[in-house]
Amino acid sequence: MQTIVEFQNICKEYPGVVANNNVSFKIIKQSIHAILGENGAGKSTLVKILYGHVKPDKGQIIINTDLATINSPNMAQSLGINMVFQHFSLFESLTVAENLILGMSEKISLSKLNLKSETICNKYGFNLNLNSPISSLSVGQRQSVEIVRSLLNNPKILIMDEPTSVLTPEEINKLFKIIKKLVADGLTVIFISHKLEEIINISDHVTIMRNGKVVSNLNTKNEDPESLGYKMLGYKVSITKQTNNVNYLENVLSLNNLSSYSQDPFTTNLNKINFNLKKGQIFGIAGVAGNGQKELMEILLNENDFEFKGDIIFKNININKLSTFQRKSLSISYVTEQRLGHSAVPEMSLSENILLSMSHKSDFKKGDFINFDKINSYANDVIKNFNVDTPSFNVKAGKLSGGNLQKFIIGREIMSNPELLILSQPTWGIDAGSEAFIKKSLIELSQRGVSIIIISHDLDELLEVCHNISVLYEGSLSKSLNVENIDITKLGKYMGGLFD
Amino acid sequence: MNIDLLVGILNIVLISTTPLVFAGIGELVTEKSGVLNLGLEGLMLVGAVTGFITLVLTGNYFYSLFFSIISGVILSGIFAFLVLNLMTNQIATGLALTIFGIGLSAMLGKKFSGTPIEGLNPYYFIVISFLLVFMVSYFLSKTKSGLIVRAVGENHNSAYSLGYNVIKTRYMTIIFGGVMSSLAGFYISICYAPMWQEGMTAGRGWIALALVVFATWKPWRLLVGAYIFGGVAIMQMNLQAIGVKLPGQFFNMMPYLATIIVLVFISSNKLRLKLSAPASLNITFEKNQ
Repeated sequence: MQTIVEFQNICKEYPGVVANNNVSFKIIKQSIHAILGENGAGKSTLVKILYGHVKPDKGQIIINTDLATINSPNMAQSLGINMVFQHFSLFESLTVAENLILGMSEKISLSKLNLKSETICNKYGFNLNLNSPISSLSVGQRQSVEIVRSLLNNPKILIMDEPTSVLTPEEINKLFKIIKKLVADGLTVIFISHKLEEIINISDHVTIMRNGKVVSNLNTKNEDPESLGYKMLGYKVSITKQTNNVNYLENVLSLNNLSSYSQDPFTTNLNKINFNLKKGQIFGIAGVAGNGQKELMEILLNENDFEFKGDIIFKNININKLSTFQRKSLSISYVTEQRLGHSAVPEMSLSENILLSMSHKSDFKKGDFINFDKINSYANDVIKNFNVDTPSFNVKAGKLSGGNLQKFIIGREIMSNPELLILSQPTWGIDAGSEAFIKKSLIELSQRGVSIIIISHDLDELLEVCHNISVLYEGSLSKSLNVENIDITKLGKYMGGLFD
Repeated sequence: MNIDLLVGILNIVLISTTPLVFAGIGELVTEKSGVLNLGLEGLMLVGAVTGFITLVLTGNYFYSLFFSIISGVILSGIFAFLVLNLMTNQIATGLALTIFGIGLSAMLGKKFSGTPIEGLNPYYFIVISFLLVFMVSYFLSKTKSGLIVRAVGENHNSAYSLGYNVIKTRYMTIIFGGVMSSLAGFYISICYAPMWQEGMTAGRGWIALALVVFATWKPWRLLVGAYIFGGVAIMQMNLQAIGVKLPGQFFNMMPYLATIIVLVFISSNKLRLKLSAPASLNITFEKNQ
């Protein structure tokens, strides 16, 4: 049981946040060591310090038995440390081969590269076409490129930052097999995640971080998801589950043969999407990122005149040609994926951000003048009803934590009494407390007869909240599955494109 | 139209277009690495006046060329320090460099305006300009260093994560661009004119900038584009020779008009622009600490 990496009293402070507070622990050679924590717990900062990407304020790292100074990714690589990034560090317009070459410290001829990458691909079961440009690859394939690129450098330690967040269940299984094989061949893997079951499945040891501190170091085999979850959060989260059946029969929204025909290789074309949404129904659209979610949202929102064929019928009105503003006036509300910069303007106060999406409400204006009293009281109500932790409505939106801002944004939309609420990634990257609160609010909203569409990569979230789930794969929508008696393996197959 | 006239026109087009090729190919490399340098006009003028003064003072073409290039290294080095280390806005800094270059060259060259010199044979430089386009094209598409330049311009954060020195790469490409611009200036004052006159580059720096976009960041297209642009500029003399009666100012504006038309045409196809433009162009790189 030889130690390969030891963190000693690592401290890193950003303005307003202590990202790492005296972090110390050891990683054993040839093991899979998981680092578990919520978003913002300091996991990413810690591994970025190990990879030389971020400089610690204090503390040191011991590699094998030597004190290591790692000031740049280059130095990390020369010590045998490589990293697979959460948001891939690939070059979209370059080919796979060019991306692989860029990842290698030594100079190499194209034929040698071919040979070397082929050996790795065959050994671990990757499937790469060296001549395809990255922009044409699926997310799973992109991850393969990243991993192969790291392996070409013969690393001793491989850091994987949330590697499963973009994969289908089947791809995750495949990845886990590869990781286990790599470890059997001598590699040490540092695996970062906030998904409890995954960590139980894959890791030998786990370090749990909360608010920048290490709260425990454990042998994974003695743990279960509940115990890990409790240690990660420091409290128990009560989970509300969608149970009610849909009580209404009337259709609120129908999409008929929705297709798009963009020439842009960076977009996914939608292929004859059909669904009906009933009053009070929550409909989830699952799928791996990049399968047309962005395009579907564009069409539903209509901010950029994204071209499409087919019909969108909202309560018997064809809204194809209606602008975002007109659609909102018909009581459709939206929560877009990007919190800062799209759903909210970071530099403006919370009250001003109310007006951002509520300008169609006539009572906020007197002629051309803004009625700030009304807006402020609306903001106050949102803050109160949705547990937004902020001193006042004058605080700039950018100052709120992700979870608080998301509660504010969703609250803003819910309080406008929509008949249809469309959300994209509603709980992406926020703390577990806010996540539970938002899910609960959405379930309550549906019970009051509001229809909801949730586009999300997070299957667990959809399974908790939705009545029905369909999967989007390369622009096509699978048939909808009822959550109550859902077959998870079938859902996984859908996510990999195997529709019935 | 007789053969002599045609050869004459071709000759003039060749001679007058070369500075566009130099400045354009330099800027192309700079932009490939993700930096927009709007200071070409200023760099060219300072390169022109430095070369001219050195020649008048020493009578040595080699010194003249050498100091002209040094002026490009120094000025573009300052530009690089500002935009890379101090992270100033690339557009504002580039414009400042142009304004500074116009003023500096006018001041330095005041005493030398109108001094007669013996010009250098432009044909060597014409050959060099073709070779340069070939070399840059080869460098960008076939070498690892060229690949790194493209990678840095495509996504500087990824390049940094992989262990490449973004700042150093950009220093190199900015200075290469600066040297090419001063070489263009040297060519204008020593080979093409040959003389010094305030503001004598007459907007060629701007045309070279437009040329890079026109070429959608591809070296060979840049060469073709340069000759189209150069041809338009020369058209005025020949149309006048044929007897078209239009004011001279109309012809002077032709290259700019052509530039605008080409720019409108190119950017009408957003997809092509998006696919060919370096994705990190004009975005400041900040190392996260």
